[in-house]
Amino acid sequence: MNDTLPRWVDIVLIPFINLFLALLVSGLVVLLIGKNPIEALTILVNGSVGSSYGWGYTLFYATNFIFTGLGVAVAFHARLFNIGGEGQAALGGLGVALAALSLNWPHWSLALPAAVIGGMLFGAAWAAIPAYLQAKRGSHIVITTIMFNFIASALMVYLLANVLKVPGSASPETARFVEGARLPNAYDVMSFLGFSRSTPLNISFFVAIAACVCVYFLIWRTKLGYEIRSFGKSEPGAIYAGISPVRITMIAMLISGGLCGLMAVNAVMGEAERLVLDPVQGAGFVGIAVALMGRSHPVGVFIAALLFGALYQGGAELTFEMNGMTREMILVIQALVILFTGALDNMVRGPLEAVFVARTRQPVPPVPTTPLTGGGHEEEKKVEP
Amino acid sequence: MDFLGILQILDSSLRLATPLLLACLAGLFSERAGIFDIGLEGKMLASAFMSAAVASFTGDVWLGLMAGILASLLLALIHGVASITFRGNQLISGVAINFLASGLTVVIGEAWFALGGRTPQLSGGARFQEITLPFANAARDVPIVGPIYANLLSGHSILVYVALLLVPLSWWVLFRTRFGLRLRAVGENPAAVDTAGVSVVGLRYAAVMICGVLCGIAGAYLATALSAGFVKEMSAGRGFIALAALIFAKWRPWYALGATLLFGLLEALGNRFQSLDLFGIPIPTQFMQALPYILTVVILAGFVGKAIPPRAGGEPYVKER
Repeated sequence: MNDTLPRWVDIVLIPFINLFLALLVSGLVVLLIGKNPIEALTILVNGSVGSSYGWGYTLFYATNFIFTGLGVAVAFHARLFNIGGEGQAALGGLGVALAALSLNWPHWSLALPAAVIGGMLFGAAWAAIPAYLQAKRGSHIVITTIMFNFIASALMVYLLANVLKVPGSASPETARFVEGARLPNAYDVMSFLGFSRSTPLNISFFVAIAACVCVYFLIWRTKLGYEIRSFGKSEPGAIYAGISPVRITMIAMLISGGLCGLMAVNAVMGEAERLVLDPVQGAGFVGIAVALMGRSHPVGVFIAALLFGALYQGGAELTFEMNGMTREMILVIQALVILFTGALDNMVRGPLEAVFVARTRQPVPPVPTTPLTGGGHEEEKKVEP
Repeated sequence: MDFLGILQILDSSLRLATPLLLACLAGLFSERAGIFDIGLEGKMLASAFMSAAVASFTGDVWLGLMAGILASLLLALIHGVASITFRGNQLISGVAINFLASGLTVVIGEAWFALGGRTPQLSGGARFQEITLPFANAARDVPIVGPIYANLLSGHSILVYVALLLVPLSWWVLFRTRFGLRLRAVGENPAAVDTAGVSVVGLRYAAVMICGVLCGIAGAYLATALSAGFVKEMSAGRGFIALAALIFAKWRPWYALGATLLFGLLEALGNRFQSLDLFGIPIPTQFMQALPYILTVVILAGFVGKAIPPRAGGEPYVKER
């Protein structure tokens, strides 16, 4: 973080300017394909937060993105870029499905912990190999995690078509989970808010909130979190302090993969109630945008996930309501958010710094106790955690 | 398998290696100048779409190629602005470019053609046709050498030969010209280049633009030579495989040719043997499809020797004040 900027500018103003720029360019794209961007925005907002039906889907998607966003964020704290959320969540789905199908569960409150453990274990396992290769052999984690996404998708197709499929059925999906492994949805819990019986929003939303709290305590209140952050800030510094890079890389990636795998509790157990082909639907990639926008902080991730949840649901409505509009428009917006908040951050930050530094020039900053050689540059080039 | 069968597989390896080779050389220029480029995939995809779209509008594949290169250059420019001018994170910028390309190609494709993100089938002058090398038919009857020349080397689209010629050309530019020396220096020690009075920013932009052009050719090859039109996500991870090949090739042009031919061969084998029995155990199709990705990981794991990347790779250059 930059010390010359007030905190609120860094965590509120800059993300919002970035988001605004991303939406502005998206509007230009809509204009380019001959549609009305204002009308598109209206449909998007109404479709996502204009009704309890919309809210049900918005919060459902947000739950997915909280999990994957937290996963990417934990890896970011160790300055690791986990693009493998997609594959880890797919494998998490396998873990959740195996847990749900393994026993004739009497009640969801017993099945849920089993599914959480299954999803986390399988997600973490899928992150383990790229993590090991990064830690021990120096293979670039970005490329290996991408490759593992492709491998995961081939593996899941194989398993669903040959192993897990219901015998005699043509569709590549598992059997429906037993009644006792069905999570209560928002209609069961809070029907007074007007949620319909088929709303996908379910109890996993609270699991996601709990995950936010856990990640907060892990990163800022435990020794392990301190080690992860130190490693992310400066690898030589961490080594000097006796922190093992191999250990931190492994642990951070395992946690990251586990969180991404948890996403399947919501998508597989909460909504589909069976394992289908590709339950992840790009949520692993959205996690990157969410973590970047949320500044890798659980609160930020939560807010960014809500925003992207609304974007996904609104985008789906847009596809229905506007002729010639496709779902991939969401992908464009997502890409622009990543571009502006992640890569072009300095474009907004530079001018703002100039403004705020000019204002606060008069009081002389305290002289740092350590010489600044190189330190000023180190700040510039790191992944924005 | 007989001799002709082997030739057929090698022939299709060469076809499939060409986009990888072009993308690999593109990454070579960029990374040698110290700019990591995860966005090869996106640039290829954007170019594949634009080349197919313009070729189907105009019926002229060369105009398509130009449009494809332009689209790829535009994305390269975004990457340059983000990672050179604003010193942003190069990995994140690359990822953004990949998503931007996979989103925009479908959104625009649907708006233009309403075919679910595809472009119309290309035929005739809207595609790169196969070229028969001189005397190919006459030489066919010469034993061994004849079929190799006629079946393996002859009968590819012009972009295959362009890609092959780009290997010695890249080598010459990078290792035998002043520009190449400076470009490599900027990837190892930009401060030294700056001290010598040469513009670091200029050199890096040049490298990123060369990368854009080469990715553009690779994408156009995918849509107008290898297939007959654009389908969504048609690059299918080739940009990432090219990056792995680049590491395998230790950032050298000739090794890049070898590495990409190997990946091409794997893909060709995967296509040829959709289902395979290995000592009585059936190998599933999905495994054959995943094989190039698995091999990429194996190669990256460094079982093939140590690869040392350009030293200043991935780091924005901040001029001393």
